[in-house]
Amino acid sequence: MVQFGNIQIDEIQMRLLKEVADLHSVPEGAFNIRSNGKSAARFSTANIEIEPKEGASGIDVHIKPGTKNESVHIPVVMTQSGLTELVYNDFHIGEGADVTIVAGCGIDNCGPKDSEHDGIHRFYVGKGAKVRYVEKHYGSGTGSGKRILNPGTEVYMEEDSTMEMEMVQIKGVDDTDRTTTADLAAGAKLVVRERLMTHDKQRAISTYVVNLNGAGATADVVSRSVARDDSYQKFDAKIIGNAPCSGHTECDSIIMDNGRILAVPGLEANDVDAALVHEAAIGKIAGDQIIKLMTLGLTEQEAEEQIINGFLK
Amino acid sequence: MLELKNISFGVEDDGQEKEIIRDVSLTLPDNKLIVVTGPNGGGKSTLARIIAGIETPSSGQILLDGEDITHLSITERAKKGIGFAFQQPVRFKGLQVLDLIRLAAGKHLTVMDACSYLSKVGLCARDYINREVNSSLSGGELKRIEIATVLAKAPSLAIFDEPEAGIDLWSFQNLIEVFQRLREHIKDSSILIISHQERILNIADEIIVLRDGQLVRRGSRDEILPELIGTSAAIPACRVAEESEAM
Ligand SMILES: Nc1ncnc2c1ncn2[C@@H]1O[C@H](COP(=O)(O)OP(=O)(O)O)[C@@H](O)[C@H]1O
Ligand SMILES: [Mg+2]
Repeated sequence: MVQFGNIQIDEIQMRLLKEVADLHSVPEGAFNIRSNGKSAARFSTANIEIEPKEGASGIDVHIKPGTKNESVHIPVVMTQSGLTELVYNDFHIGEGADVTIVAGCGIDNCGPKDSEHDGIHRFYVGKGAKVRYVEKHYGSGTGSGKRILNPGTEVYMEEDSTMEMEMVQIKGVDDTDRTTTADLAAGAKLVVRERLMTHDKQRAISTYVVNLNGAGATADVVSRSVARDDSYQKFDAKIIGNAPCSGHTECDSIIMDNGRILAVPGLEANDVDAALVHEAAIGKIAGDQIIKLMTLGLTEQEAEEQIINGFLK
Repeated sequence: MLELKNISFGVEDDGQEKEIIRDVSLTLPDNKLIVVTGPNGGGKSTLARIIAGIETPSSGQILLDGEDITHLSITERAKKGIGFAFQQPVRFKGLQVLDLIRLAAGKHLTVMDACSYLSKVGLCARDYINREVNSSLSGGELKRIEIATVLAKAPSLAIFDEPEAGIDLWSFQNLIEVFQRLREHIKDSSILIISHQERILNIADEIIVLRDGQLVRRGSRDEILPELIGTSAAIPACRVAEESEAM
């Protein structure tokens, strides 16, 4: 066991915390660390209050209006094989606040049973508030049980608010079905950057439904992904323009081995001044990229690794 | 020293066999700067790609310092000291200039050391070191970064395929200094440059003319250059300025 602030966690949990939240010790600011189905540590600040939900698993996070440059860390780690949980986390972000929220889930499954974490995150972003949200998923462990993550994210954005979401899943998650929905009022701005790599027999489904409801609302949803081995991905992004607004979705993917990807573009314009664009490109690594790196002395495999690392950076 | 012995290379084109390199034999001695010139489509890039191992000759033999490398991979040849700056450099989404220079050097360079290679090719290192090697770079910028990767690799045989193309504001003199410094810094190195530019031909120890896949002339600069002046194989430098302005 290792000491982590005033709690004790095991080495594997420590490693998972590093992977998903870049935590080497107790974070600054507010935090809630969930470990094997229970809240292991929680800390509120003067401006950010975290309280457990009554009658359900999860927390309510209240961020006071005008809170600036503060952060909330809410990592989840699971090391017990066979654990399944459904957790509701709600974020109430006050007007004009400017905060960073770091979520993330790491599962280490060394046993024969499936481990599953389904996190439902709801964000109520107040007028003019700015949120940077980072979510990393990571799986490890050699057990035959699967590591399953099904995040549901709902974002409600008031006027002139901004939300930047960075979602990363690079390794070890066997099955994931992610749904993100967002409703944007006038002047609100949503930016999503998703980076995904699947390998072996993994499956990842990522669905976005973004409603641009107010004048001047903008959304930019970009996914970069790599599907290798026998894995499968589906990227299904729909933007609906209900007002003068602009929306862009992009899916840029590399397939390798027997990897398969389905990209489903969806644009719906219900206002003549809605400007919506979708781009999608799927293909294998360009041969001349590999050749160039080989002329620098890399083997073909090393070249592929470098190209993919860069692509997903 | 690199030796090519009776190298031929052909491709299938519309069901017909097309000979691109025909029975080329030549020697690149150590400590020499050799410029290959000749009309477009003459096979210069193909010959360079054969030396780097990107294409396999249909017949013939390639020796590096006496060792037969005809069947070695691109990687193995790179490890034996062959470096190659492409005529059309490759773009990479996501990889940064710094990443590429570090990969070229084959070790973890400090940012400052990596920057020094960019400065050598006339790029303000601070502005470029963290840029992605993607389509946001202009052709000329990409070309200079390509040259910087070969400098970072410090090969004993460096091949530059039309290094001057797209190099606009950066003076020609800098490019020439790059080649001269490379010569001084790597012991027993040889440099092969593919070029049409008179000022590059002017620093050659030897000039080779390739036409229709055949080696048609080879000799010292003083011997060959006068024959080329006024032909498309030796474009004077002022034409370069006009071309780059038009780009
Ligand atoms: N893989 C290939 N398939 C078909 N034709 C090729 C191939 N590579 C080169 N060529 C042709 O060979 C000729 C020589 O090309 P290249 O070596 O690029 O000439 P240079 O560099 O001297 O301009 C050209 O006619 C070119 O179109
Ligand atoms: Mg060429």
